[in-house]
Amino acid sequence: MPVNAEAVGKSYPPVVYAVGREKVREYAHAVGETNPLYHDVEAARAAGYADVVAPPMFAVVYSAPVMGPAILDPAVGINLAAMVHGGQEFVWGEPVVAGDEISTTATVKDVSERGGMGFYVFESVSRNQDGETVCTGTWTNIVRGV
Amino acid sequence: MEPGEAIPELRVTPDKYVTYRYAGASGDFNPIHIDEEFARAVGLPGRILHGLWTMAQVARAAEQVAGDDPTALRRLSVQFRGMGALEQEIAVTGTVREAGDGTATLELEAEQDGKRIIRNAEADIAVS
Repeated sequence: MPVNAEAVGKSYPPVVYAVGREKVREYAHAVGETNPLYHDVEAARAAGYADVVAPPMFAVVYSAPVMGPAILDPAVGINLAAMVHGGQEFVWGEPVVAGDEISTTATVKDVSERGGMGFYVFESVSRNQDGETVCTGTWTNIVRGV
Repeated sequence: MEPGEAIPELRVTPDKYVTYRYAGASGDFNPIHIDEEFARAVGLPGRILHGLWTMAQVARAAEQVAGDDPTALRRLSVQFRGMGALEQEIAVTGTVREAGDGTATLELEAEQDGKRIIRNAEADIAVS
């Protein structure tokens, strides 16, 4: 079955994620981030932040609510059983702190086929409550045997 | 910081429960990470690490170069290759590709049991 590129350009409406202090700490703990700015409110405030700072890779957490539906979209047609996460890029902008509300949109950037494998590339753009871009993600999923 | 210079290595051994903590923290409850029986039924040797958890270890290695500034990591791109296993040490290594004008570009990879499970990683960091 060849890949279907008709979904390229399709966008998914923004999903808002409210960044919680304990969620930032939980994430930092799970990945082994020990910087006090990710855990300690007083340390973060002393460094000029309003609350604990989210580690860069916390982008995964606030992006996930919109990426799930995009990857599962029947119009994109990914065979999940044969899918692997092939590559990932994040570009960071303004820092994210607990209390922020992050709005993320997703777009199907590219669908292509090489050597019997399908490459499905999505882009996520996340902005804070002030409209500043906090992170742009490029998510590459590879499906074997298309 | 000079081109070609190695960055400090980061070594981490994922304990057997890390995928449960990461699933809860990230919201990724794909059963290949948390259900031993399911993982074996789909042909895996057992539960495997979340690739994005391993990417977070590469991020930590890059962040450490920049000191404690949580905004220093500006960009990180990785390629996932192979599966990360539990209870086996991972080594994240890297070198400086370019440095100057307050920024540096690093090349990194993550290796476990002789396999490079993250390859061709690139990080842009702000350096003071």
